[in-house]
Amino acid sequence: MKELIHLKNISKSYGDKVILDDLSLVIHENEFVTLLGPSGCGKTTTLRILGGFETPDKGQVIFDGRDITNLPPNKRNLNMVFQNYALFTHMTVADNIAFGLKIKKKDSSYINEKIRYALKLVNLEGFENRSVKTLSGGQQQRIAIARAIVNEPRVLLLDEPLGALDLKLRQDMQYELIRLKNELGITFVYVTHDQQEALTMSDTIVVMNQGYIQQTGSPEKIYNEPENAFVADFIGDSNLFPAVMVRDRLVAIDGTEFDCVDTGFGTNRPVDIVIRPEDVKLKNENMGTVNGKVTDLIFKGVHYEMCVDVKGREWVAHSTRPRYVGETVGITVDPYNIQVMNKPASEDEEAAAVNE
Amino acid sequence: MNKNSKATLFLGLPYYLWAAFFIVIPLFMVVWYGLTDKTGAFTLANVLSIMRPAHMKALILSIVLSLGATVVCLLLAYPLCMFLVESQKKADSFLVMLLIVPMWMNFLLRTYAWQSILEKTGILNAFLNAIGLPSQHLINTPGGIILGMVYDFLPFMILPIYNALEKIDVNVVNAAHDLGANGTQTFTRVIFPLSLPGVISGITMVFVPALTTFVISSLLGGGKILLIGNVIEQEFTLAYDWHLGSGLSLVLLIFIILNIVVSTAFDRAEV
Repeated sequence: MKELIHLKNISKSYGDKVILDDLSLVIHENEFVTLLGPSGCGKTTTLRILGGFETPDKGQVIFDGRDITNLPPNKRNLNMVFQNYALFTHMTVADNIAFGLKIKKKDSSYINEKIRYALKLVNLEGFENRSVKTLSGGQQQRIAIARAIVNEPRVLLLDEPLGALDLKLRQDMQYELIRLKNELGITFVYVTHDQQEALTMSDTIVVMNQGYIQQTGSPEKIYNEPENAFVADFIGDSNLFPAVMVRDRLVAIDGTEFDCVDTGFGTNRPVDIVIRPEDVKLKNENMGTVNGKVTDLIFKGVHYEMCVDVKGREWVAHSTRPRYVGETVGITVDPYNIQVMNKPASEDEEAAAVNE
Repeated sequence: MNKNSKATLFLGLPYYLWAAFFIVIPLFMVVWYGLTDKTGAFTLANVLSIMRPAHMKALILSIVLSLGATVVCLLLAYPLCMFLVESQKKADSFLVMLLIVPMWMNFLLRTYAWQSILEKTGILNAFLNAIGLPSQHLINTPGGIILGMVYDFLPFMILPIYNALEKIDVNVVNAAHDLGANGTQTFTRVIFPLSLPGVISGITMVFVPALTTFVISSLLGGGKILLIGNVIEQEFTLAYDWHLGSGLSLVLLIFIILNIVVSTAFDRAEV
């Protein structure tokens, strides 16, 4: 894929509060990139720098080979869908969508054609003359998207666009957005704090915390191979434990040795490991690597969630078969399901790894 | 009647009494006096007396001056409000305070202050003479009255416009920029239309009291410039002709109602 946007060494502070510190990121053509992280991680600021609503203190924004760092928003070939829709409440749906085209002085037949096309794309045909105030949250969101895409931007920036919608609608809109992106064939840069949303929609996820990029990669890579404790903890449920790498392919958790596939950590080195709850297999007593006692059982719909006390540490396991509270079970983990990570080395990494 | 509506009635009692004694009854008296002569017989003569040249002249002058004051207020208030909203965002509320403090002062007092500033031997001319400029004749002129109206009623223009501008989501403005609008286009197509309800209510709130004032024109007009408010006041306090005064008040009332109807219609169309 061709490189479209390059953020080079971006730094941004408000007063003495550092929001972004030397952030670099490449976004490709026709890529669905999600900036994911807790609030205050700098994801929205990054998006606003792309949109031109913030100027970085240091660094460059390169768009299609051109430096646009100091270009105002109205001169950039990208459009933004704002968190609270930011529709023009004094206009009809059609006037909202036509806003950008009228500014560009397109003729009215072109504009009308575009309005029809955009409304069809967001499944709101026939809404031209409605007042935006009469629309539901989901409909307003679609109009906000329609208003942006009629301008044929190369990149659509989306700032937590589904945050205000209820769960069901949010899931529907996720599929809508994927469909839209495929039909339009443009780049989406999406900001969210919802890891499920990120995993569902993205080609690439950029996990951010405290102004730093923690990991960049495909949803599978981020989920299965988190590079540090923060990513492991932020993406999905996980058992995140301190452990000791005894030697290559052997790790000890609270003194119990498990086979794993990681090598190159040396011998007897402290590490962090992550095991997804669905990878913790519960067997009958003495049938596993180590025994534990079930302390909690919750029905979650698709599966049961069980907490198992193993040598004083709580393991979370997901299974379609319930094990009841008080039962003693054996635990096994397939070697490739244990993800071994380095302990944070520097102080910055340390700060970033604290999961608050 | 259930318990709840009894409670509502009880809570509303002070208002109902207030409305009855200070709004409905006085209004009824104005209508009654306005439509009768001294013998108590029905007549339209009091209302039609607005056609007398002296009364008509005062009415037209009132409309012209209060329209003038309204326009000046709008031109002063709008940019000021934009500035205030901007500085408010930076938590710079000192500026807002600075503007509001003089407004707490009694408006009669403020009008007297202008009288002593504008007088022939007043502060303004003393200052002008001191720096070698000729005296200006402002007191007892229409200009002086407009100045007084603007100073007294400016807050009524500022507050609704400020509220309207403050409510505009910063992202709506950002969205306009994002869609390609430059500063001017963003103002004319987004910011101003969104603030229009505030502008209209500001216009009403300045125009109506300006149209009916008689204190400002008495103090800054020196009794030489008669507005319709002064005419009515004189009918009541000097001529003791409550019938004529009430008749003219009814005419003024029609203008006020007309203004409110037009502005609410505008407001509706916007919503």
